Amino acid sequence: MSAENTTHNQHAVEHEGMTKKKIWQVFFYLLGITAVEFFIALYLLPRGIVGHGIGNFAYIVLTLVKAFYIVAYFMHLKFEKFALKTGITVSVVFIIYFIVLMLIEGNYQFIHMN
Amino acid sequence: MNTTVSKLDELRTDAWSGGKSPFAVEYGKLMMWFFLLSDAFTFSAFLIYYGAQRFSKISWPDPDVVFQSIPGLADHGFPLVFVGIMTFILIMSSVTMVLAVEAGHRNSKKEVVWWMIATVIGGLMFLGCQALEWSHLHHEGYWWGSFPASYTGFDTVGALQFANLFFTITGFHGFHVFTGVVINIIILLMVLANVFQKSGSYLMVEKVGLYWHFVDLVWVFVFTFFYLV
Repeated sequence: MSAENTTHNQHAVEHEGMTKKKIWQVFFYLLGITAVEFFIALYLLPRGIVGHGIGNFAYIVLTLVKAFYIVAYFMHLKFEKFALKTGITVSVVFIIYFIVLMLIEGNYQFIHMN
Repeated sequence: MNTTVSKLDELRTDAWSGGKSPFAVEYGKLMMWFFLLSDAFTFSAFLIYYGAQRFSKISWPDPDVVFQSIPGLADHGFPLVFVGIMTFILIMSSVTMVLAVEAGHRNSKKEVVWWMIATVIGGLMFLGCQALEWSHLHHEGYWWGSFPASYTGFDTVGALQFANLFFTITGFHGFHVFTGVVINIIILLMVLANVFQKSGSYLMVEKVGLYWHFVDLVWVFVFTFFYLV
């Protein structure tokens, strides 16, 4: 940020970003994505138009998109300072590492213990 | 300004030169973010263990079969409909919460009060739905340590782990919704008592809002991994 930034200015920056219009826009994105998930679950998968592998991949991608909209807009993280944004999002690396670790473990158990 | 001041003696005012928070958020709000990050690790640990168990079993209960009732209306034949209603309620209450925060920025007490009340009602509706779903599954035979005698899957340990993890994880999430409702009510009473009107800032509404959105965020993942995948 520029050197002239006073406490007052920072306060103003913090409040920028979410208008009523934007809030409802994000709501309809979330609703639309959920509707797509239902379309996959209730129409595409039962009719065999897409396989379960592709279906699950689509679910996870859509879930991450929803998570982005909630964290970025509803939780306001998109409008915070770079340091806070980075601090919070980079920490998710530990979760990704744990996912990889445990799925390998689950796969090992599947092969060796059944 | 004295031009003989050396470069080293100049007053530095950038974000990391000290004297102010480089994050430019209030202490309580920063602590809320730290708490939510740690809570995200807890929920991840639960969900990742669920994933590992599901990977390791030969068969697993089919969500379209387990969750196909609308409690009170239909016993079977409607996969995902009831959980769809629950998801809608929670997203909706997240919207009313963010509208309360927005009203707080404009110092409009009346609007904050109404949006907070709407959020509390949404939270209570979600908890009611969850109670209906739990009691329905309990009647079918699912509970911690048990699954229906009519279960036809090959791997019964998978069914057992599904039951244990379903009640543990949705229970832990439901407990978060419950505490969120309680905290929302406390903040609502503080708004009504003019606490934030006097202090001149509705930042506290923003902090409880962060918690509430986090609960919604967790549900998005629980919904995907229990009901869809």
